[in-house]
Amino acid sequence: MPAERANADGLRRDALRERLALFGLGSPALLLVLVVMVLPVGWLFSLSFLSDEGALSLEHYRRMLEQPSYARIFVTTFQVSALTTGICIALGYPLAYVLSQLPRRAANLCMIGVLLPFWTSLLVRTYAWLVLLQRQGVINGWGIELGLWSEPLPLVHNLAGTLIGMVHIMLPFLILPLYGTMRAIDRDYVKAAANLGAGPVRAFWQVFFPLSLPGLFGGALIVFILCLGFYVTPAVLGGGRVIMVSNRIATDIELFFNWGAASALGVVLLVLTLGLLYAAARLVRLDGVLGGHGT
Amino acid sequence: MLRKSLAAAALGAALMPAAVTAQELTVVSFGGSYQAAQSKALFQPAAAALGIKLKEETYTGIADLRLKVKAGAVTWDVVASGSGSAARAGAEGILEKLDYKVIDTSSFLPGLWQDHCVGGDVFSTVLAWNTKTYGDKGPQSWADFWDVKKFPGKRSYRNAVAGSLEPALMADGVPPEKVYEVLSAPGGIERAIKKIKELKPHVAVWWSSGAQHAQLMKDGEVDMVNGWNGRFDVVAKDGGKVAYTFNQALLDYDCYAIAKGAPNRDLAMKFLAEISKPQYQAEFTKYITYGPTNRKAYDLGTIDAAYAKRLPSHPDNAARQLPVNLQWYIQNEAKAAAAYQNMLTE
Repeated sequence: MPAERANADGLRRDALRERLALFGLGSPALLLVLVVMVLPVGWLFSLSFLSDEGALSLEHYRRMLEQPSYARIFVTTFQVSALTTGICIALGYPLAYVLSQLPRRAANLCMIGVLLPFWTSLLVRTYAWLVLLQRQGVINGWGIELGLWSEPLPLVHNLAGTLIGMVHIMLPFLILPLYGTMRAIDRDYVKAAANLGAGPVRAFWQVFFPLSLPGLFGGALIVFILCLGFYVTPAVLGGGRVIMVSNRIATDIELFFNWGAASALGVVLLVLTLGLLYAAARLVRLDGVLGGHGT
Repeated sequence: MLRKSLAAAALGAALMPAAVTAQELTVVSFGGSYQAAQSKALFQPAAAALGIKLKEETYTGIADLRLKVKAGAVTWDVVASGSGSAARAGAEGILEKLDYKVIDTSSFLPGLWQDHCVGGDVFSTVLAWNTKTYGDKGPQSWADFWDVKKFPGKRSYRNAVAGSLEPALMADGVPPEKVYEVLSAPGGIERAIKKIKELKPHVAVWWSSGAQHAQLMKDGEVDMVNGWNGRFDVVAKDGGKVAYTFNQALLDYDCYAIAKGAPNRDLAMKFLAEISKPQYQAEFTKYITYGPTNRKAYDLGTIDAAYAKRLPSHPDNAARQLPVNLQWYIQNEAKAAAAYQNMLTE
């Protein structure tokens, strides 16, 4: 039938036009990613395989294997990131849960509180922690004055200080996707569980918690990966004792005058992170976590 | 009247052949209050004296210059640098050799110029302490710095190897004049690292910048630190409880070099000759307590006598210090830095 045929052709033409339009809309972003992300990373990648004289060489990678400090720095980086993620989950999950149970208007107000730190520069917040936590800082000052403790507590220039600063910065990154997922969970499921005789605790663990997992995984993954690249917070609050990969990159650039040595560190971190992302993707369906249509 | 004199000046300028093409020179330094002092005391007055235009830029370190030289896109002429970085950059071939027939260093203090860089100011890595904790009876040697029984309290030490091994050896009983001899001998670096490991439990902060160690003393976060004298003077001026000694301090200098392939090499050489003159160097000390490299700056009478005694290169102070041996750093810094980073992460 000709009419039907013309109709199908028209539909196909419309679909094509729509796809082209979508591509057109996306192309500036694609171009941006190419220019600011793919090209520089590719350049760094190639630099890491060049010696000081510009010849092909693995010397930057060999140095990483020969000097034990590099391996320890990678271990520290992953440890600090894992600890930060863990603490963020412990603090963020209950908060996101409470928010998701509140009426929307109240939840939105509270959400502003969660997002408020985003509006202040990371550097300012990190230095603010220094002022609060140091030996003659606000917290130690009050604690000693109130007689809670007599000697200043070592709250900063160590792992504890670094974690406090990092958790403070990363918490919203966990709460946002988690809250979104929890909001989308149909409350009738929990009611149905209660109806079938489950107590509130059982209903939570058997129904609500599994449904919130994609949001939790997504948030935790974002937090963990962002933590791997932290520089300012460990530099300011770690007292030179918490040395992460980014800090070592800065030291190496100063020492070797050379982007190659530093690039190699960046490449190894990138490869390890991609490996981790791949492993995580095998555990949970990643598009469900990041794209949001998995729930 | 004004218009008339302006017209006359314009006419005069037009008739002078030298003024037909005002040459432009680009100078690069580290920015901040340091470059502000350089600009006011050295760069601008010297440019005016030579009748040239000057462009100032900032950079973060020799790595930036290296990229420019390797890419064949050198836009900088004069480069301000630390002495050690300049020595390594010179050895690597990214700096021009300086012509000491043009630059007069005959009245310089000994050892404050090198093939590729001429000294501009002298600073010291000193032992500083919190005067609230120790009063006037502060530590007077690196042995005291290491003596946690006699001087209980928190320490801060540098997180990089430059200037960190020498104090450790002095604390271990090596006389200052033998320090580099011991460091160059087999096992020397290890001996210094071992001594630092001894102190490690008492080091609360491994500092990474001058701004940081200044802040640490200002806030009373630590009781004792090794660091750059000029920073502590600023802290003390702001009311911070800090004092320092030149005893066993490390004497080092900042210098000026010419980038390899600089667009105006010869003019840059003349510029370096100009800023090395004593009157500029004397002026520079008014902004920051870093001393002149040209000893004649002290004879001009423009530096207040009491103030001069606080400068690192004042003869009384210089005599108590150990000049940093750049040759040792060129040969050993990479190796020593690896050992140091290893110690830090252990």
